[in-house]
Amino acid sequence: MNDGLDRDLLDAAGRLPTGPSPDALRRLAERAQREGVLDVAYAQVDSPLGPLTVAATDRGLLRVAYPEHTLDSVLEVLSREISPRVLEAPERLDPVRRELDEYFKGDLRRFETSIDWSLTGDGFFRKVLRATSSIGYGKVLTYGEVAAKAGSAKAVRAAGNGLGSNPMPVVVPCHRVVRSGGGLGGYTGGIERKEFLLALERG
Amino acid sequence: MSLPPFQTLLDSHGATVHRFLVAAVGPSDADDCFQDACIAALRAYPQLEYSSNLRAWLLKIAQRKAIDAHRARARRPVPVEHPPEPASHDMPAVHMNGQPVWARVRELPEKQRMAVFLRSVADLSYAEVAKALDCSQDAARRNVHEGLKRLREETHS
Repeated sequence: MNDGLDRDLLDAAGRLPTGPSPDALRRLAERAQREGVLDVAYAQVDSPLGPLTVAATDRGLLRVAYPEHTLDSVLEVLSREISPRVLEAPERLDPVRRELDEYFKGDLRRFETSIDWSLTGDGFFRKVLRATSSIGYGKVLTYGEVAAKAGSAKAVRAAGNGLGSNPMPVVVPCHRVVRSGGGLGGYTGGIERKEFLLALERG
Repeated sequence: MSLPPFQTLLDSHGATVHRFLVAAVGPSDADDCFQDACIAALRAYPQLEYSSNLRAWLLKIAQRKAIDAHRARARRPVPVEHPPEPASHDMPAVHMNGQPVWARVRELPEKQRMAVFLRSVADLSYAEVAKALDCSQDAARRNVHEGLKRLREETHS
Protein backbone atom coordinates (compact mmCIF):
# COMPACT_ATOMS: atom_id res chain seq x y z
CA MET A 1 0.00 0.00 0.00
CA ASN A 2 1.44 3.33 -0.98
CA ASP A 3 -0.37 6.08 0.82
CA GLY A 4 0.36 9.33 2.63
CA LEU A 5 2.01 7.61 5.56
CA ASP A 6 4.43 5.66 3.37
CA ARG A 7 5.30 8.86 1.61
CA ASP A 8 5.81 10.72 4.90
CA LEU A 9 8.09 7.99 6.25
CA LEU A 10 10.13 7.86 3.07
CA ASP A 11 10.36 11.62 2.95
CA ALA A 12 11.37 11.88 6.62
CA ALA A 13 13.97 9.12 6.18
CA GLY A 14 15.42 11.09 3.29
CA ARG A 15 15.92 14.07 5.58
CA LEU A 16 17.85 12.26 8.28
CA PRO A 17 21.54 13.13 8.65
CA THR A 18 23.86 11.02 6.54
CA GLY A 19 25.79 9.69 9.52
CA PRO A 20 27.63 10.57 12.70
CA SER A 21 29.84 13.67 12.51
CA PRO A 22 33.64 13.30 12.34
CA ASP A 23 33.71 14.89 15.79
CA ALA A 24 31.34 12.24 17.18
CA LEU A 25 33.59 9.51 15.76
CA ARG A 26 36.67 11.13 17.30
CA ARG A 27 34.95 11.25 20.70
CA LEU A 28 33.94 7.62 20.28
CA ALA A 29 37.55 6.56 19.74
CA GLU A 30 38.61 8.56 22.81
CA ARG A 31 35.93 7.01 24.96
CA ALA A 32 36.70 3.50 23.68
CA GLN A 33 40.31 4.11 24.68
CA ARG A 34 39.29 5.39 28.11
CA GLU A 35 36.99 2.44 28.75
CA GLY A 36 39.56 -0.12 27.67
CA VAL A 37 37.65 -1.47 24.67
CA LEU A 38 40.02 -0.18 21.98
CA ASP A 39 42.76 -2.76 21.42
CA VAL A 40 44.32 -1.61 18.16
CA ALA A 41 44.39 2.08 17.17
CA TYR A 42 45.47 3.11 13.70
CA ALA A 43 46.00 6.23 11.62
CA GLN A 44 47.33 7.33 8.27
CA VAL A 45 50.54 9.33 8.32
CA ASP A 46 51.81 11.29 5.33
CA SER A 47 55.45 10.76 4.44
CA PRO A 48 57.81 11.38 1.52
CA LEU A 49 57.42 7.65 0.81
CA GLY A 50 53.65 7.90 0.50
CA PRO A 51 50.88 7.64 3.09
CA LEU A 52 51.81 5.13 5.79
CA THR A 53 49.31 3.18 7.87
CA VAL A 54 50.52 3.03 11.47
CA ALA A 55 48.91 0.94 14.19
CA ALA A 56 49.56 0.57 17.90
CA THR A 57 48.34 -1.17 21.02
CA ASP A 58 48.73 0.06 24.59
CA ARG A 59 52.10 -1.68 24.57
CA GLY A 60 53.46 0.20 21.61
CA LEU A 61 53.83 0.45 17.86
CA LEU A 62 52.65 -2.67 16.09
CA ARG A 63 52.66 -1.97 12.40
CA VAL A 64 53.93 0.50 9.79
CA ALA A 65 52.60 -0.27 6.30
CA TYR A 66 53.52 1.21 2.96
CA PRO A 67 50.60 2.14 0.69
CA GLU A 68 51.04 -0.98 -1.46
CA HIS A 69 49.32 -2.80 1.36
CA THR A 70 45.67 -1.76 1.20
CA LEU A 71 44.18 -0.46 4.41
CA ASP A 72 41.66 -3.32 4.40
CA SER A 73 44.35 -5.97 4.17
CA VAL A 74 46.41 -4.36 6.95
CA LEU A 75 43.39 -4.07 9.25
CA GLU A 76 42.29 -7.61 8.54
CA VAL A 77 45.62 -9.01 9.67
CA LEU A 78 45.51 -6.89 12.83
CA SER A 79 41.96 -8.02 13.52
CA ARG A 80 42.86 -11.68 13.10
CA GLU A 81 46.26 -11.68 14.81
CA ILE A 82 45.74 -9.15 17.63
CA SER A 83 42.10 -8.24 18.25
CA PRO A 84 39.03 -7.30 16.18
CA ARG A 85 38.61 -4.19 18.35
CA VAL A 86 40.33 -2.02 15.77
CA LEU A 87 39.46 1.69 15.46
CA GLU A 88 40.84 4.67 13.60
CA ALA A 89 42.21 6.93 16.32
CA PRO A 90 44.58 9.53 14.84
CA GLU A 91 45.26 11.23 18.15
CA ARG A 92 46.46 8.02 19.73
CA LEU A 93 49.14 7.86 17.03
CA ASP A 94 50.24 11.50 17.35
CA PRO A 95 53.53 10.70 19.15
CA VAL A 96 54.50 8.26 16.39
CA ARG A 97 53.43 10.72 13.71
CA ARG A 98 55.63 13.43 15.27
CA GLU A 99 58.64 11.10 15.39
CA LEU A 100 58.16 10.04 11.79
CA ASP A 101 57.83 13.68 10.67
CA GLU A 102 61.08 14.57 12.42
CA TYR A 103 62.84 11.50 11.08
CA PHE A 104 61.91 12.33 7.50
CA LYS A 105 63.13 15.89 8.03
CA GLY A 106 66.47 14.44 9.12
CA ASP A 107 65.99 15.73 12.68
CA LEU A 108 65.44 12.43 14.49
CA ARG A 109 68.17 9.82 14.72
CA ARG A 110 66.55 7.38 17.09
CA PHE A 111 62.88 6.42 17.55
CA GLU A 112 61.83 6.57 21.18
CA THR A 113 58.35 5.14 20.70
CA SER A 114 57.86 1.79 22.42
CA ILE A 115 57.31 -1.25 20.26
CA ASP A 116 54.81 -4.07 20.51
CA TRP A 117 56.53 -7.09 18.97
CA SER A 118 53.34 -9.20 18.84
CA LEU A 119 53.36 -9.56 15.05
CA THR A 120 56.91 -10.92 14.99
CA GLY A 121 56.38 -14.35 16.54
CA ASP A 122 58.69 -15.50 19.30
CA GLY A 123 61.52 -17.17 17.43
CA PHE A 124 64.37 -16.25 15.11
CA PHE A 125 62.25 -13.69 13.22
CA ARG A 126 61.86 -11.56 16.33
CA LYS A 127 65.55 -11.90 17.22
CA VAL A 128 66.54 -10.71 13.74
CA LEU A 129 64.28 -7.66 14.03
CA ARG A 130 65.55 -6.86 17.51
CA ALA A 131 69.12 -7.10 16.28
CA THR A 132 68.18 -4.80 13.40
CA SER A 133 66.62 -2.23 15.71
CA SER A 134 69.99 -1.77 17.40
CA ILE A 135 71.76 -0.70 14.19
CA GLY A 136 72.53 3.01 14.58
CA TYR A 137 71.38 5.85 12.33
CA GLY A 138 73.36 6.04 9.09
CA LYS A 139 75.13 2.70 9.75
CA VAL A 140 74.67 -0.53 7.83
CA LEU A 141 75.21 -4.22 8.61
CA THR A 142 75.22 -7.18 6.24
CA TYR A 143 72.59 -9.92 6.35
CA GLY A 144 75.27 -12.26 7.73
CA GLU A 145 76.17 -9.86 10.52
CA VAL A 146 72.53 -9.46 11.52
CA ALA A 147 72.04 -13.25 11.45
CA ALA A 148 75.05 -13.61 13.74
CA LYS A 149 73.77 -10.93 16.11
CA ALA A 150 70.46 -12.77 16.21
CA GLY A 151 72.33 -15.89 17.32
CA SER A 152 72.69 -17.94 14.15
CA ALA A 153 75.47 -16.84 11.79
CA LYS A 154 74.54 -19.49 9.24
CA ALA A 155 70.91 -18.43 8.90
CA VAL A 156 71.65 -15.64 6.43
CA ARG A 157 68.77 -16.49 4.12
CA ALA A 158 66.30 -16.82 7.00
CA ALA A 159 67.45 -13.42 8.26
CA GLY A 160 66.87 -11.90 4.81
CA ASN A 161 63.40 -13.42 4.59
CA GLY A 162 62.56 -12.17 8.06
CA LEU A 163 63.62 -8.63 7.21
CA GLY A 164 61.53 -8.81 4.05
CA SER A 165 58.42 -9.18 6.19
CA ASN A 166 59.34 -6.62 8.84
CA PRO A 167 55.97 -5.34 10.14
CA MET A 168 57.51 -2.00 11.20
CA PRO A 169 59.70 -0.73 8.36
CA VAL A 170 61.44 2.66 8.92
CA VAL A 171 61.06 2.40 12.72
CA VAL A 172 62.75 -1.00 12.85
CA PRO A 173 65.39 -0.01 10.30
CA CYS A 174 65.65 -3.03 8.04
CA HIS A 175 66.83 -0.62 5.32
CA ARG A 176 70.16 -0.58 7.20
CA VAL A 177 70.84 -4.21 6.28
CA VAL A 178 72.65 -4.76 2.97
CA ARG A 179 74.48 -7.43 0.99
CA SER A 180 78.07 -8.33 1.89
CA GLY A 181 79.29 -7.71 -1.67
CA GLY A 182 78.21 -4.08 -1.52
CA GLY A 183 74.79 -4.55 -3.14
CA LEU A 184 71.74 -3.11 -1.43
CA GLY A 185 69.74 -6.35 -1.32
CA GLY A 186 65.95 -6.27 -1.30
CA TYR A 187 63.51 -4.15 0.64
CA THR A 188 59.96 -4.65 1.84
CA GLY A 189 58.89 -1.31 0.36
CA GLY A 190 60.85 -1.56 -2.90
CA ILE A 191 64.50 -0.79 -3.56
CA GLU A 192 63.89 2.91 -4.34
CA ARG A 193 62.62 3.45 -0.84
CA LYS A 194 65.67 1.73 0.62
CA GLU A 195 67.92 4.03 -1.40
CA PHE A 196 65.88 7.03 -0.27
CA LEU A 197 66.19 6.12 3.43
CA LEU A 198 69.91 5.38 3.24
CA ALA A 199 70.51 8.66 1.39
CA LEU A 200 68.41 10.53 3.97
CA GLU A 201 70.58 9.12 6.75
CA ARG A 202 73.82 9.98 4.96
CA GLY A 203 72.56 13.56 5.21
CA MET B 1 35.54 -17.29 9.95
CA SER B 2 37.20 -14.35 11.68
CA LEU B 3 35.53 -11.10 12.63
CA PRO B 4 36.12 -8.05 10.47
CA PRO B 5 37.95 -5.13 12.12
CA PHE B 6 35.43 -3.08 14.10
CA GLN B 7 36.27 0.04 12.10
CA THR B 8 35.09 -1.74 8.94
CA LEU B 9 31.79 -2.43 10.67
CA LEU B 10 31.50 1.19 11.63
CA ASP B 11 32.33 2.34 8.10
CA SER B 12 29.70 0.02 6.61
CA HIS B 13 26.86 0.38 9.11
CA GLY B 14 27.62 3.33 11.40
CA ALA B 15 25.57 5.73 9.29
CA THR B 16 22.52 3.42 9.35
CA VAL B 17 22.77 2.96 13.11
CA HIS B 18 23.08 6.71 13.62
CA ARG B 19 20.12 7.51 11.35
CA PHE B 20 18.04 4.90 13.13
CA LEU B 21 18.86 6.55 16.46
CA VAL B 22 18.14 10.09 15.25
CA ALA B 23 14.69 8.90 14.19
CA ALA B 24 14.10 6.77 17.29
CA VAL B 25 15.24 9.16 20.04
CA GLY B 26 15.60 12.51 18.28
CA PRO B 27 18.72 14.42 17.26
CA SER B 28 19.62 15.72 20.74
CA ASP B 29 19.92 12.24 22.33
CA ALA B 30 21.11 10.38 19.22
CA ASP B 31 24.82 11.13 19.62
CA ASP B 32 24.93 9.83 23.20
CA CYS B 33 22.93 6.75 22.23
CA PHE B 34 25.26 6.15 19.31
CA GLN B 35 28.30 6.29 21.58
CA ASP B 36 26.67 4.01 24.15
CA ALA B 37 25.69 1.51 21.46
CA CYS B 38 29.18 1.45 19.89
CA ILE B 39 30.92 1.05 23.25
CA ALA B 40 28.56 -1.79 24.19
CA ALA B 41 29.19 -3.39 20.79
CA LEU B 42 32.97 -3.08 21.21
CA ARG B 43 32.73 -4.64 24.65
CA ALA B 44 30.89 -7.69 23.32
CA TYR B 45 32.59 -7.92 19.93
CA PRO B 46 35.56 -10.27 20.56
CA GLN B 47 33.25 -12.88 22.10
CA LEU B 48 30.82 -12.83 19.20
CA GLU B 49 30.62 -16.35 17.87
CA TYR B 50 29.35 -15.81 14.37
CA SER B 51 29.89 -12.93 12.01
CA SER B 52 26.80 -13.23 9.85
CA ASN B 53 24.63 -10.17 9.64
CA LEU B 54 26.60 -7.83 11.83
CA ARG B 55 24.31 -4.98 10.77
CA ALA B 56 21.32 -6.58 12.50
CA TRP B 57 23.54 -7.32 15.51
CA LEU B 58 24.57 -3.66 15.77
CA LEU B 59 20.98 -2.48 15.41
CA LYS B 60 19.89 -4.90 18.10
CA ILE B 61 22.27 -3.17 20.49
CA ALA B 62 21.23 0.27 19.21
CA GLN B 63 17.53 -0.40 19.68
CA ARG B 64 18.15 -1.44 23.29
CA LYS B 65 19.94 1.87 23.88
CA ALA B 66 17.06 3.68 22.19
CA ILE B 67 14.58 1.99 24.52
CA ASP B 68 16.73 2.89 27.54
CA ALA B 69 16.87 6.52 26.40
CA HIS B 70 13.14 6.60 25.76
CA ARG B 71 12.37 5.22 29.23
CA ALA B 72 14.83 7.59 30.88
CA ARG B 73 13.19 10.51 29.16
CA ALA B 74 9.74 9.37 30.18
CA ARG B 75 10.92 9.49 33.81
CA ARG B 76 12.46 12.92 33.74
CA PRO B 77 10.29 16.03 33.61
CA VAL B 78 10.52 17.55 30.17
CA PRO B 79 10.70 21.31 29.83
CA VAL B 80 8.35 22.53 27.16
CA GLU B 81 10.96 22.15 24.49
CA HIS B 82 8.60 20.83 21.85
CA PRO B 83 5.26 22.56 22.05
CA PRO B 84 2.39 20.19 21.32
CA GLU B 85 1.75 19.81 17.65
CA PRO B 86 -1.26 21.54 16.26
CA ALA B 87 -4.16 19.16 15.90
CA SER B 88 -4.75 20.14 12.33
CA HIS B 89 -3.99 17.38 9.88
CA ASP B 90 -3.81 19.78 7.02
CA MET B 91 -0.24 20.48 8.12
CA PRO B 92 2.38 18.69 6.08
CA ALA B 93 3.41 15.62 8.09
CA VAL B 94 7.08 16.21 7.44
CA HIS B 95 9.06 19.29 8.25
CA MET B 96 12.06 20.19 10.38
CA ASN B 97 14.13 17.03 9.90
CA GLY B 98 11.03 14.92 9.66
CA GLN B 99 10.33 15.39 13.36
CA PRO B 100 6.55 15.27 13.31
CA VAL B 101 6.29 11.88 11.63
CA TRP B 102 9.01 10.38 13.88
CA ALA B 103 7.36 11.96 16.91
CA ARG B 104 4.19 10.08 16.00
CA VAL B 105 6.04 6.81 15.55
CA ARG B 106 7.65 7.34 18.97
CA GLU B 107 4.17 7.28 20.52
CA LEU B 108 3.64 3.66 19.43
CA PRO B 109 4.09 0.74 21.85
CA GLU B 110 7.74 -0.27 22.23
CA LYS B 111 7.89 -3.30 19.93
CA GLN B 112 5.86 -1.69 17.17
CA ARG B 113 7.86 1.50 17.40
CA MET B 114 11.21 -0.27 17.05
CA ALA B 115 9.93 -2.52 14.28
CA VAL B 116 8.69 0.48 12.28
CA PHE B 117 11.98 2.36 12.75
CA LEU B 118 14.09 -0.65 11.81
CA ARG B 119 12.01 -1.23 8.73
CA SER B 120 11.53 2.32 7.48
CA VAL B 121 14.80 3.97 8.54
CA ALA B 122 17.37 1.18 8.66
CA ASP B 123 15.66 -0.60 5.75
CA LEU B 124 15.99 -4.05 7.34
CA SER B 125 14.27 -7.13 5.96
CA TYR B 126 11.71 -8.80 8.22
CA ALA B 127 14.27 -11.51 8.97
CA GLU B 128 16.71 -8.82 10.14
CA VAL B 129 14.04 -6.98 12.13
CA ALA B 130 13.30 -10.31 13.82
CA LYS B 131 16.97 -10.75 14.63
CA ALA B 132 17.34 -7.22 15.98
CA LEU B 133 14.22 -7.53 18.14
CA ASP B 134 14.87 -11.12 19.21
CA CYS B 135 11.49 -12.31 17.99
CA SER B 136 10.08 -14.50 15.22
CA GLN B 137 9.80 -13.24 11.68
CA ASP B 138 6.02 -13.41 11.96
CA ALA B 139 6.09 -11.27 15.07
CA ALA B 140 8.40 -8.78 13.35
CA ARG B 141 6.03 -8.51 10.40
CA ARG B 142 3.02 -8.19 12.69
CA ASN B 143 4.65 -5.42 14.73
CA VAL B 144 5.50 -3.40 11.63
CA HIS B 145 2.01 -3.82 10.19
CA GLU B 146 0.18 -3.07 13.41
CA GLY B 147 2.34 -0.04 14.03
CA LEU B 148 1.67 1.36 10.58
CA LYS B 149 -2.02 0.53 10.87
CA ARG B 150 -2.29 2.44 14.11
CA LEU B 151 -0.53 5.45 12.59
CA ARG B 152 -2.94 5.41 9.66
CA GLU B 153 -5.94 5.22 11.97
CA GLU B 154 -4.66 8.18 13.97
CA THR B 155 -4.28 10.18 10.79
CA HIS B 156 -7.84 9.50 9.75
CA SER B 157 -9.54 9.80 13.12
